[in-house]
Amino acid sequence: MARLHSRLSARQRVLAILPPYVWLVLISLVPFLLVVKISFSEMEFGIPPYTPLAEFEEGVLRLTLSLRGYMMLLSDSLYVATYLNSLKMAAITTVCCILIGYPLAYCIARSNPRTRNFLLFAVVLPFWTSLLLRVYAWMGILRNDGLLNNVLMALGIIDSPLEIYRTDLAVYIGLVYAYLPFFILPLYAHLVKLDERLLEAAYDLGARPWRAFLSVTLPLSRNGVIAGAMLVFIPTVGEYVIPELLGGANTLMIGRIMWTEFFNNTDWPMAAAVTCVMVLLLLVPLALFQYSGVRELEERR
Amino acid sequence: MSETLGNGHRSSAQSAGPDDFVQIIDVAKRFGDVMAVRQVNLNVRRNELFALLGSSGCGKSTLLRMLAGFETVTSGRIVLDGEDLTDVPPYRRPVNMMFQSYALFPHMTVEANVAFGLKQEGTPRNEIRDRVHAALEQVQMTQFARRKPGQLSGGQQQRVALARSLVKRPKLLLLDEPMSALDKQIRQRTQIELVRIIEEVGVTCIMVTHDQEEAMTMADRIAVMSDGLIQQCGTPQEVYEHPATRFVAGFIGSTNFFQGRIVDEAPDRVMLDVAELPHAMVVSHGVGESLGMEVTASVRPEKIVVTLNKPARLDNWTRGEVVHVAYLGSHLVYQVRLESGKVVEASMPSYSLLDEHKAELHDEVYVGWSADAVTLLRE
Repeated sequence: MARLHSRLSARQRVLAILPPYVWLVLISLVPFLLVVKISFSEMEFGIPPYTPLAEFEEGVLRLTLSLRGYMMLLSDSLYVATYLNSLKMAAITTVCCILIGYPLAYCIARSNPRTRNFLLFAVVLPFWTSLLLRVYAWMGILRNDGLLNNVLMALGIIDSPLEIYRTDLAVYIGLVYAYLPFFILPLYAHLVKLDERLLEAAYDLGARPWRAFLSVTLPLSRNGVIAGAMLVFIPTVGEYVIPELLGGANTLMIGRIMWTEFFNNTDWPMAAAVTCVMVLLLLVPLALFQYSGVRELEERR
Repeated sequence: MSETLGNGHRSSAQSAGPDDFVQIIDVAKRFGDVMAVRQVNLNVRRNELFALLGSSGCGKSTLLRMLAGFETVTSGRIVLDGEDLTDVPPYRRPVNMMFQSYALFPHMTVEANVAFGLKQEGTPRNEIRDRVHAALEQVQMTQFARRKPGQLSGGQQQRVALARSLVKRPKLLLLDEPMSALDKQIRQRTQIELVRIIEEVGVTCIMVTHDQEEAMTMADRIAVMSDGLIQQCGTPQEVYEHPATRFVAGFIGSTNFFQGRIVDEAPDRVMLDVAELPHAMVVSHGVGESLGMEVTASVRPEKIVVTLNKPARLDNWTRGEVVHVAYLGSHLVYQVRLESGKVVEASMPSYSLLDEHKAELHDEVYVGWSADAVTLLRE
């Protein structure tokens, strides 16, 4: 990194950094600021369905900041409960992804190069079809008269169908299934770089395989785990499609609230306020992730 | 697979004598269709510094990894101090290794790296602290105890790696290409330093290297390996002065080979008919060859004298033209093309030659060597 820095002049550096920055500002920051703006306006019938923040009439500039959306979020316990439930579901999904994904990523990284490419391909393969189709497929599998129940009943393992479809369990299955590759890939990238001689050194110094894993592999792959966990946790909090299609009526997730406010109630300011609070909630883990990444870079120096 | 020999090797736990502290008995290793190590028998003495020398792919690293326990043996057995280690996993062997690029744990401090092995044994905390401190003191790294390996130079990392592999007081220390990650300038000093520490600790040590100079500087005895077999085993002097095979003669230092046939035999000398030389070559040792036998004669460059005038007292001489001269500071290296077209390499100390006697490029010169400068080799 340092060598790359010294080779580029200050102007070249600006030129290299500028395009992605402009892109991020246009695609991410500007729309978000618009959402922030809408969250402070009043609901109104018309196009757009919200009042402007600033009005200029007869030489008077009138700024109206409505806190209605935020007040409602705090006063209605349903919103608070939904936030907490979204965080809980995202956390459980992330933990499941870690428990399933770590051994998978580990085995892929340790397999011989030819099998490794095939296994990686298998991890990425689901992306070749749309998420919606894959979630519909899960509906077909999990329904009371679906594939899973039919097979289990045909085998005589169960007498009556398992009630999975339209429960939180179905949502967890869908979320873990959909986000597992996002955990495996960054972790794999860390594990495959891991020098096998470090493990041999640990064995050589008397560490049994399990101890060697705990004291060498695990700490050295920590950042891969964090990166993968963030890639699962952050989008899962706001996930809409999977809880909507697989979850029951009482599966509370913030994405569904946003959808309801936006499309059913046409309450754009409320939907915007829900979104802004969610982004604030997600900034905390993001900041932690950033902190650990910076710390690792500093340690290397 | 190691059970295939099945000659009750577990029962033989007799105490080892001084000469067979480490016993490598008929050890072979197969990777798929490739025999990496064919059949190796070696005994290493207690407190000896032993070098396995060979070019890459000769099987020396595989042998070392079998000693550490990272590779299982296909057949044969490995005995250390009377204890059969063949089927013992690496984490239970009283053997520690200093890895080629040190393999220090990057997320641990120097201190924690050195303490790691002791922690696995469940050594009491106070004892760990004292022994880590002593080990770091031995390699003069105490002031860097709190640093991470990434903040150390290559030489400092090597010292930490050495401390880490010595702190458990192993019966056998393995060094895998100990100097390969160091700059050439500090290598020689480090070699001597490393030998000093190893002797101070009094540990038996087997090292692997491809660098013959390194092996000769550091080791008490050298085993030259090629193609999965040990070609010759002996002190640096024995291996250099009396190479057993053509491979060893060519691998250790440089040499000139002459193919010839024995045409005359006397009690103290044989005469060799060499197609590339105008006269028969006189050889003073190599008794045991019989008349008419095809042999290879090896003559080291430093035993060949290049002169402008005909040498008076040399047994073997011939004429040639200097085709290349290299000045290497302490000595000059001549390439001389003989009348037969063969190019002979000779090296002469540069201080011993007066300028008017010094052969220059394209000079017609005499090259000569004495009868005892020649080593006869079977293929």
